[in-house]
Amino acid sequence: MTAEAKKEPRAFASWLSSLPEKLIPVLAVVTALAIGAIVIWATKASVVKAYRGLIEGALVGVTNFTETLVIATPYTLAGLAVALASRCGLFNIGAEGQFYMGALFAVYVGFAVKGLPAVVHLPLAVLAGALGGAVWGAIPGILKAKLGAHEVTNAIMLNYIAVKVVDYVVKNPFRDRTSTIPRTPYILPTATLPRLLTDHRVHVGLLIAIAAVFVVYWLLWKTTVGFEIRTVGANPDAAHYAGISVTRNFVLAMVLSGALAGLAGTGEVLGTNRTLPAAFISGYGFDSIAIALIAKNHPLGIFPAAFLWAALRNGAGLMQVRAGISIDLINIVQGLVIIFIAADEIIRGLYRIKRSKDQIRDIVFTRGWGR
Amino acid sequence: MKEPKFRLSRPVVLALLVLVVGLAFALYFSAKIPADRLSTLGFEKLGEKAVLTRSTVKSIGWMIAFLAGVALVIYPRRPKISVVAVVLGILLAILASLTALAQGGSIDIVGMLASSLRMCTPIALGALAGILCERSGIVNIGIEGMMLAAAAFGFGANLYFKNIWIGVLVAILVGGLMALIHALMCIRFKTDQIISGTAINILAVGASGFLRRAYLVKAYFVGSTLPIIKIPFLSQIPVLGTLLFRSQPIVYLMLILVPLVYLMLFYTPWGLRTRAVGEHPRAADTVGVNVYKVQYVNVILAGMIAGLAGAWFSLETVGSFEDVMTGGKGFISLAAMIFGNWNPIGAFLGSLLFGFTDALQIKLQILGVKLPYQFLGMAPYLVTMVVLAGLIGRTTPPAAEGKPYEK
Repeated sequence: MTAEAKKEPRAFASWLSSLPEKLIPVLAVVTALAIGAIVIWATKASVVKAYRGLIEGALVGVTNFTETLVIATPYTLAGLAVALASRCGLFNIGAEGQFYMGALFAVYVGFAVKGLPAVVHLPLAVLAGALGGAVWGAIPGILKAKLGAHEVTNAIMLNYIAVKVVDYVVKNPFRDRTSTIPRTPYILPTATLPRLLTDHRVHVGLLIAIAAVFVVYWLLWKTTVGFEIRTVGANPDAAHYAGISVTRNFVLAMVLSGALAGLAGTGEVLGTNRTLPAAFISGYGFDSIAIALIAKNHPLGIFPAAFLWAALRNGAGLMQVRAGISIDLINIVQGLVIIFIAADEIIRGLYRIKRSKDQIRDIVFTRGWGR
Repeated sequence: MKEPKFRLSRPVVLALLVLVVGLAFALYFSAKIPADRLSTLGFEKLGEKAVLTRSTVKSIGWMIAFLAGVALVIYPRRPKISVVAVVLGILLAILASLTALAQGGSIDIVGMLASSLRMCTPIALGALAGILCERSGIVNIGIEGMMLAAAAFGFGANLYFKNIWIGVLVAILVGGLMALIHALMCIRFKTDQIISGTAINILAVGASGFLRRAYLVKAYFVGSTLPIIKIPFLSQIPVLGTLLFRSQPIVYLMLILVPLVYLMLFYTPWGLRTRAVGEHPRAADTVGVNVYKVQYVNVILAGMIAGLAGAWFSLETVGSFEDVMTGGKGFISLAAMIFGNWNPIGAFLGSLLFGFTDALQIKLQILGVKLPYQFLGMAPYLVTMVVLAGLIGRTTPPAAEGKPYEK
């Protein structure tokens, strides 16, 4: 303790000197929005009106603000999923498919299991959702560990397969025949994630997501399991020589990652929608990658990043109304954010931020397709 | 990475699969067909042939099983003949499934093959783009995005200039431009190539959707599609004429590009340099190859080919642009590339397989067959996973792929 205290002034100084480094994600967002402004200006619309609409639609008023939180909930969980896998050196591009399978499992337990009290039914449905995602995440994990097949292509394939599975199941065996649109029956009240405010859709899933942030942080940095996962991610060869099973950790990380993405889908069906519609295209897969990237794969950075992403998405509607700018502008801005954060040399060049010498190289995802 | 303990060679596994399929036709599927049903198979000008569905499916099924059995037995001594037997078995399996589908009605065999070839065009082009990139050491999962942006802007140019050929040209250029971003990210800024590809994909969704809602929708413009070009004399040949010489321009270009890229890659100095850079950039650098230049040229060329594939969607097939109309074909083409072991000819054959399942899926929905189409739609993805897992033989990606080269 005393040693810690003595170091404090120096710690503060080093924190201050590393501040520009930490600001890179913020600067990336600002720069992307600036380019977005040029696009708006080029289409002869009002930049001020557009961005004022964006901010108002995202943050001002209880309804707008809580809707942003509603969107941020799955983003947080899915972002955590990608970040956790990244810490093990795995690129989980399959959050989309894991999200769907989680939603499917959760909704099934939610509407089909009857006669349970809420204290049993709700946790059961949530666990089912986590399980669905975990199973879908385990497949590329096992294929990588046992056969060395690259997790990225397998996860992409599994995304498409999951979409088809959900499409089939929701249109056939699970279909609510009383409804004209293809969707599952509504879940029972006993499996519903309760709302935090009456008349607003924000639900207990938000608290689960925030709790998950701290659980993942604790798991990665305060437990042996987390230490092994991070060691494998930093250097699989070194981990192997240290007696850590690389393959076991690959599978474990993908299972945990899949479970988190599955929970994201669970919150959507048990909290937000209370049913699973067939047309449920989400784009969570790519969004979660972006969120993990902005947070630099750190769990504590995930919630702010997810909130930012959700705010952009939620504010886009009012931006469209106010300035007549298509909501797709947000996709452009988001693509640019990823480019600027991934190729941070552009931002460093623009704002004259030097690369600190002791900077650890980012985890490299790309290790070829084969083995 | 740990080597798997056991691995069957590709022909053996394929032969086993074909054996199972053949037995399924002979014993299971044929038994479910009423004995008096007729199938009419159309062969264009060669006429039609009506056959008894059940007995035909049954006998073809036994032929398939026999071929697969022969392939398995002679594989150790005559692998080449064995492969021919397996391929024949696969072709017969296609014939058997088409006969079964046509029960009580008719099916145009040549038309099915022609539509397979059409459906495989964007996949084959995407696979060529992937091969060009990866052979020079750059992983490109952004092909999907390059296609999508090219489809949107190509259609936009068609609308603006009222000339579909300018549309195709713009599509190719936009594909190249998207690839330039990828090249800059990967080569100049040494970004992780998967992340760069992801960014390209998201950017393309945004840019194409923005263009559509801001301009294309308001124009109420229904574009035409590229014309069918009949090659004189050759298009008169029965069957082959319809298949190969009565197509739209991008199909022709694909049929030219596949062998062209193959020859370029394996028989020209440029190809040798490309492969050297992909396998061992430092060695290539030492003997005076400009590694970065080779990579830039390849990635941009690849983007232009992906752009051509994008034009296939909006300008050759649909005649308009819809949101995310590429529908994952870019990712499928990566699968075809891996399936073909980074070889243009192999990738083309893989694309044909995916094209056939696509064509069959559409046919099934038109015929109203009760088989859930979602499961058929899954087939290409499952096949890809099996191929990737190395269960069907071994794939060897370029050795230096994915690693940024530092001088």
